[in-house]
Amino acid sequence: MSVLTVSSLAKRYRRGGKPFAAVDDVSFEINPAETLAVAGPSGSGKSTIAKLVLRLIEPDAGRIDFEGQDLLALSGATLRAKRAKVQMVFQDPLAAFNPRATVARVLDDPLRTHNIASRADRPRRIAALLERVGLDAGLAARAIHEISGGQRQRVAIARAIATRPSLIVLDEAVSALDVSVRGQILELLLDLQRQERIAYLFISHDLGVIRAVAHRVVILDAGRIAESGDARDVIAKPQSAIGKALVAATPRLIRNRP
Amino acid sequence: MTVLLSIRDLSVRYQRDGVAALKGVSLDVLAGERLAIIGESGSGKSTLALAVAGLLARGVEIGGRMDWFLPASAGAKAPLSVLPDISPSRGEIGSSVAGPLLAASKIGEGGDHSVISPLEGEMSGRTERGAKDRQPSALATSHPLLGRDIGFVFQDPSSSLDPVMPIGKQIAEVAHTHLHLTWREAIAKAKTLLERVRLPNLDATLHAYPHQLSGGQKQRVAIAAAIAAAPKLLIADEATSALDTIVQAEIVSLIRRLVAEDGMTLIFISHDIALAASLADRIAVLRHGELVELGETDQILNAPRHAYTRALLDAHLGLDAEPLFDRQGSPA
Ligand SMILES: Nc1ncnc2c1ncn2[C@@H]1O[C@H](COP(=O)(O)OP(=O)(O)OP(=O)(O)O)[C@@H](O)[C@H]1O
Ligand SMILES: [Mg+2]
Repeated sequence: MSVLTVSSLAKRYRRGGKPFAAVDDVSFEINPAETLAVAGPSGSGKSTIAKLVLRLIEPDAGRIDFEGQDLLALSGATLRAKRAKVQMVFQDPLAAFNPRATVARVLDDPLRTHNIASRADRPRRIAALLERVGLDAGLAARAIHEISGGQRQRVAIARAIATRPSLIVLDEAVSALDVSVRGQILELLLDLQRQERIAYLFISHDLGVIRAVAHRVVILDAGRIAESGDARDVIAKPQSAIGKALVAATPRLIRNRP
Repeated sequence: MTVLLSIRDLSVRYQRDGVAALKGVSLDVLAGERLAIIGESGSGKSTLALAVAGLLARGVEIGGRMDWFLPASAGAKAPLSVLPDISPSRGEIGSSVAGPLLAASKIGEGGDHSVISPLEGEMSGRTERGAKDRQPSALATSHPLLGRDIGFVFQDPSSSLDPVMPIGKQIAEVAHTHLHLTWREAIAKAKTLLERVRLPNLDATLHAYPHQLSGGQKQRVAIAAAIAAAPKLLIADEATSALDTIVQAEIVSLIRRLVAEDGMTLIFISHDIALAASLADRIAVLRHGELVELGETDQILNAPRHAYTRALLDAHLGLDAEPLFDRQGSPA
């Protein structure tokens, strides 16, 4: 069974008084331990899809099934329980957290609100989470603004996995990182996926990154799916105009390898 | 190739006792070349760009020297020369002006002062800290003037555009100020520039405000303003980093075309080694404020001398990169 199935999803906004579809008739599914990438130019609807899946905004049409349940029909305690299973990591972790909060506080939040660990048990859980994402447990006492961008993104991942989710939505989660740090974060994500069978909805404008981490890719153009398929196949041989334009625009490092 | 700018032992410290943002950087910028400066966050790329443009704030500690050899303006055939001992607008950087002196002519010395060949021997005869107690204000024009001699394009076009001034006027203002055109001529010039950066609906765009344009269009406007006074040097600091891949490619080819058409020297700052390589003749690699390697693009890509350059190349995830996961790991 798929973790997430999105059917005929639509979201309309108004621009200059006229309605337009930010997301238009979008359908896809993601299986356990699978990474589905969403690519497309700026304004094509990538983040809107992320917000819809996270139920941060309501769709105008369509259906979102999460682990076999209609997510839009849920409310109250069942919705809260399901919500814990869908987590997110965004591009800028500084914007997501109060910069003066400590790392411990950021990780304590989900453990507390979702009743995952008793108060006495939480420091141990926090240390374990930090360790799981490759950080020293001593970092717990530091403020968010006192750690590096790469460390912050690891904290964001630690927070996301605290509730043992089956799906994590990553919106440009590695786009702001230096390439050396980016590689490590991607390795961490893949390792977590292998161990915990987490599915990723991986939003990125970078086809190189997508090719490295995604199993399948959906390419959006003006809110609609222009094409989708195996990530390597689509990137090697794009069929849609927008897919071809994205591939052509990606800078290539031409090295005469021995 | 002739040297446009010689940077020697440049160090920059934003705060006393703080770490140096640049440490002893020495390099020559060649006239007419496209030089990329790459490095990760905090490596000092932007500090170098700001130092070259004379944009570092007062109070920032600067050591070392920068000597400019601004090329002859078209037609003029004065011998290459240097004004000894010209202080820059800001204290600590040495600065010399060669040739028919874009700058020196402004301080009323015509073409026949002069003297020391910049290519041999003493340049300005001043040591790095010598300028500290001088009063540079009278000679301020000796440092190339931002807007006139140097065009600067920032990452965020909104930061360099005035939100409440029509676009045509913003570009015209540069031409008006630095080329001494009348307003009517300056507006006509702005229109030509909008055409050169390939913005559509020229007349409507002239009267549009920045918020009415997309990010890519705003960056085109910022580029038009940067080149309005026909600067010798164009500095683009992460000018495409906030744009999506397709728009980025468009802006990069725009910069490539404009630089070729106007014979400008380009300093292209980027964290993206592949993007830098697609544009640059030479690449300088910065790390923690130090210049670790500088070479022809081909050498940097195919025979990097420094382990850090190699690491940057290896970390690049291109369209031919091997997937990080193995196929067995994919879901059933
Ligand atoms: N709250 C909103 N109100 C009105 N329009 C919106 C709103 N949110 C998004 N939009 C519009 O919906 C469209 C899709 O936006 P979205 O943020 O999903 O794009 P994106 O693919 O994530 O782009 P980017 O790559 O720039 O992040 C855009 O035209 C955007 O301007
Ligand atoms: Mg987005």
